[in-house]
Amino acid sequence: MAKDALMDYDKALELFEPVLGFEVHVELNTKTKMFSAAPNEFGSAPNTNVSPVCLGLPGSLPVVNEQAVRYAISLGLALGCSIAPSSRFARKNYFYPDLAKNYQISQYDEPIAFDGSVDVEMPDGRIVPISIERAHMEEDAGKLTHVGGSTGRIQGAEYSLVDYNRAGVPLVEIVTNIIYGAEADAPELAKAYVATIRDIVTSLGISDAKMERGNLRCDANISLRPRTAEGEPPAPLGTRTETKNVNSLRSVERAIRYEIQRQAAILADGGTITQETRHWHEDTGRTSAGRPKSDADDYRYFPEPDLLPVEPSLELIEELRSALPEPPAARRRRLKAEWGFTDLEFQDVVNGGLLVEITETVAAGASPAAARKWWTGEISRIANVQGAEASALVSPQNVAALAALVDAGTLTDKLARQVLEGVIAGEGTPQDVVDARGLAVVSDDGALIAAIDDALASQPDVLAKIRDGKVQAAGAVIGAVMKAMKGQADAARVRELVLERAQS
Amino acid sequence: MSEISEEQVAHLANLARIALTPEEISSLTTELDQIVDSIAKVQEVATPDVPATSHPVPLSNVFRPDVVGETLTIEQALQNAPEQADNRFKVSAILGEEQ
Repeated sequence: MAKDALMDYDKALELFEPVLGFEVHVELNTKTKMFSAAPNEFGSAPNTNVSPVCLGLPGSLPVVNEQAVRYAISLGLALGCSIAPSSRFARKNYFYPDLAKNYQISQYDEPIAFDGSVDVEMPDGRIVPISIERAHMEEDAGKLTHVGGSTGRIQGAEYSLVDYNRAGVPLVEIVTNIIYGAEADAPELAKAYVATIRDIVTSLGISDAKMERGNLRCDANISLRPRTAEGEPPAPLGTRTETKNVNSLRSVERAIRYEIQRQAAILADGGTITQETRHWHEDTGRTSAGRPKSDADDYRYFPEPDLLPVEPSLELIEELRSALPEPPAARRRRLKAEWGFTDLEFQDVVNGGLLVEITETVAAGASPAAARKWWTGEISRIANVQGAEASALVSPQNVAALAALVDAGTLTDKLARQVLEGVIAGEGTPQDVVDARGLAVVSDDGALIAAIDDALASQPDVLAKIRDGKVQAAGAVIGAVMKAMKGQADAARVRELVLERAQS
Repeated sequence: MSEISEEQVAHLANLARIALTPEEISSLTTELDQIVDSIAKVQEVATPDVPATSHPVPLSNVFRPDVVGETLTIEQALQNAPEQADNRFKVSAILGEEQ
């Protein structure tokens, strides 16, 4: 892949205004697929969650999943959308083996939800309203694995293998209106927007929302337009690109920043932007050209003849509206108060996209302070080093279990960090790692006293000092004992015992 | 009045992956044009207060409860696959991408 020329970010912002738009796909966590009773389940053996409908076999007919419709309406309401009194499905025709039917059932001119707005909180606490054009129901496509070629990517592949387990999984696609005025904060806004959507669907309980599994996927549209002098009319919108394959909150931010710098370099050089999809590559932090795209993508949409209109009653809409969880901004205020975090601590959590993780860790029994410490500290640090999403490394239940081991005195902080590494490396629960690695704190005073007596005997000068009342001299003995215990002792307890033994 | 051009028919044929000879394109252009003209008559009588019909059956909200039902076995699922490998459908590498 040829390296793109990139313009310095600040310079790019001086010359151009970034214009954004997002399409976020949310996989619903229904038990079955959108149009068939096949299980909607992640991680099953290939092609085991398929029915004739998923394979588009002749004579098979789709039937709408009622729960998926309820979830879509709830999501639409949570996004402040109007719910269409009548909406219908449409066929989006294209030839690609990720769907066996050669079309995707989606919604076109009559989406179930439209005209909404969602408040997005920026890292500095500012609230930016993002206008939602529509949220529509559709089905997910199957998964292709490209085999052969040097990169494992589509270019150079010899053939592809298709698993239709994901084909037909219910999706809601949320489309924003064009977003102006994000300016230099465009990457942060993109990240904050996706984090907000993730918070909303998680609090609704309608999606597992794990980005690394593709439960939540963001396609980021971005274009640049040259700035004009004050008093002059704004320049027309630039040509946009659509960046796909952005599978973490961190990548959303990086991908937007990259596209701004790449497009700016081309435009400043007198070039033109090709309207196309761009593929984000997490490993290299770059985007590469995909399929050329035109506004009038020729999908030949037409009303799906196999399905009837969806016409939710007002009673149903009001029932779902009254069951909505509190909006994210209100929820944040409540959690901050409940957890007793300072502004700074809470911003750290929000900016790290860790609200959900901490909520679940607290629900699993950890104190808010311990949950925050682990997620924003050691786990985020490791995530950064590995270039991974913190939520993908360890489950909230395991973090709570780890905190419980520290509280119980089984682990010191230092040992707990080693245990965390073990958990992240896939060695099981914290207790499994403690057992397997023998990492628990030595709480048996007998073993400690033996080590202390050894240390005191080998450092008679220190012993004399302690007996003279120079208590700070005990440090050398404590250090020796901790070393002998391979760090698996509680230093405070060791100190107590050292002072006790020195006087005996 | 011709609404449909030969270019449009060729474009559609390409989108639908149908190979057409120039003669076929020419005759289909004429036929499709007649069809469009015939259907256009409906527009002459349709008024704005008539909602578009997408389905001849006056029903809506036909739903299925979210309950897992039968699935195919892997053998059944792959039975008609022209080629398979690792319990998956094997397809030629296509220069395109997921939608």
